[in-house]
Amino acid sequence: MESILFLGTCEEDGSLGKPARETLGVASQLAAQLRAPFAVGLIGTSVQEAANQAADSGATRFLGVCGPDFSQPRYATDSAAAEALCRAANATIILAPGTSRLMRCLPGVAHRLNGRADTHVTAFVANEGTITAQRWYYRQRMEARFTRSHRPWFVLIDPGAAPVWSGISRQVEVENIDVVLPDSARKTEVTGFREPEAGLNTIRPDADLLFVVGAGWTKKQPDGKVHAAEAEQLILEFLTRTRCSLGSSKSLVDLGSEGQPVLSFLSHLNQIGQTGSTPRHPKGLATCCHGEEPHTIGWRFISERRAINLDPQCGWARGKADVLYVADAFAVLKRINELLSET
Amino acid sequence: MNTGYQIVVCGGIVPDPLQTLEPVPTPTGPALKNELVLPATLDPWACHALYEAAHLARQHPGSKVVLVSISPKQRLQQVMMTIAQKVPFDLVALDGAASGFTDPAETAAALAEAINGLPGLNREKLLVFGGWESASRGAGVTLQYLAERLAISDVFMGVDELRVQADGSLEVLERIEGGRQQASRCSGPPVVVGWATGKLPEPRNNPQIGMQNMRAIIPVLQRAKQVKIGAEGVSFASVALPKQLRQTRIVRDATPEAIAREIVEWIKG
Repeated sequence: MESILFLGTCEEDGSLGKPARETLGVASQLAAQLRAPFAVGLIGTSVQEAANQAADSGATRFLGVCGPDFSQPRYATDSAAAEALCRAANATIILAPGTSRLMRCLPGVAHRLNGRADTHVTAFVANEGTITAQRWYYRQRMEARFTRSHRPWFVLIDPGAAPVWSGISRQVEVENIDVVLPDSARKTEVTGFREPEAGLNTIRPDADLLFVVGAGWTKKQPDGKVHAAEAEQLILEFLTRTRCSLGSSKSLVDLGSEGQPVLSFLSHLNQIGQTGSTPRHPKGLATCCHGEEPHTIGWRFISERRAINLDPQCGWARGKADVLYVADAFAVLKRINELLSET
Repeated sequence: MNTGYQIVVCGGIVPDPLQTLEPVPTPTGPALKNELVLPATLDPWACHALYEAAHLARQHPGSKVVLVSISPKQRLQQVMMTIAQKVPFDLVALDGAASGFTDPAETAAALAEAINGLPGLNREKLLVFGGWESASRGAGVTLQYLAERLAISDVFMGVDELRVQADGSLEVLERIEGGRQQASRCSGPPVVVGWATGKLPEPRNNPQIGMQNMRAIIPVLQRAKQVKIGAEGVSFASVALPKQLRQTRIVRDATPEAIAREIVEWIKG
């Protein structure tokens, strides 16, 4: 018989973050489907508030590893804490949100427990007793459904792939699990958090719109000159007015390293596609970007797609965008900014 | 005094991103159609790891870079013709599957065995690099399995920058949520580092380095030990391509004014 453990980390304020609540919902539903024992395991400075938040999830045990050592997202301490929770819960299936913190440590924990880990899972369901996971392969080019006989099975659910769970918060009793850390676990110390080099908070995972800029913004315009400064001004004004998320093609980011004119606020963190991110936004607008496959595979989870490009034969025209505007992005964006300023 | 590092870079090959990929069922599980003849490249993030390794090695005399790759050896040889021209490195080749449908636990076991077998391995100088995810499986778990097998307790994933401080400690920037980076300081090797894009441009081809590398690479490839990499315990119910094509409406000859109005309406809608 399966036994389910939801494993999460607490936010700085001690609560459960959105990705954690999404995965808690998946775990809760799975436990109900399988009528399996269900426990919640939490890591953080203090875990009581997060445990209270999960009170209504159907879990019958609440386990915690807490203390100042477990406030830092650090492989050695996080993996020790997660290992202790998994051993205490003795679960066969461990569900966790695919946050950077848990993605870093849980595969290692799976190895310690002679288990297996699957990440970027987008669906995890039981059907007639068979548990099936779904995830993408080859950078979102093909989707597979599969089962695993190996236990314990660690499953990390991609943020945004499941609805956010919510329930009534009430006081629960948390079993505190003691973890004795060796000195070597403190070899690494988290010293802080940084915004992208540009200092602009232009990557917004919760934004409704993804705005992608391509290399065309820094190419010669009809007057034979490069207008990078004007492009920067137009793009920044658009970002300010729409509060959208800013993405870029690899070619544009790479130009900077090659010493060519670039948009100063872009870094590799903005890169979308094969070697960049695959964000989830309801809408996406690409400008001066050719929409070739290595870039557009990063658009897999963008629902509505529009593009502005001077080339009617570009990649976007070949079924990758819903609408392609064959136009000069400088002129269109300038007018868009004017219209947005009027409202 | 030799301040050099032993930098081991793990990286497999993947199909060239411009190729059309189609899954096909085989008796041993899913595979790619015409997989053995698809043009391949070194996994992009592993490539970044290799460039960062070479850069670090240049800054620290006495350092050595070893690329450990599990890939079908004929295809790896083709890929090496390009990669070998970029930066100097030694190759350790294992002849095995590089498919995205294999299990990372099996890949990590083979990599660990190869790394433990490196002559003169010194853990106090060991930096294990790789891509934080691959362009095939894209799971981001192999390096952590490997870290456990090598008993390394300091692991960094999604790394954009690694700087060696004057006292020998390592300052690492990792990508985290919301476009932010987490800065950590680790007192020193051994560490496992899963690189994101890093900060370095792709090095220019250098035929001299290429010839120097290939002299050693060809015999290594000829001697490459076969390893069995599968996906034991995994049963695929389906592997399918998503519906990719949209009915694109191409708007030509519209004025910037008309396009701008339509886009603003769409954004607000």
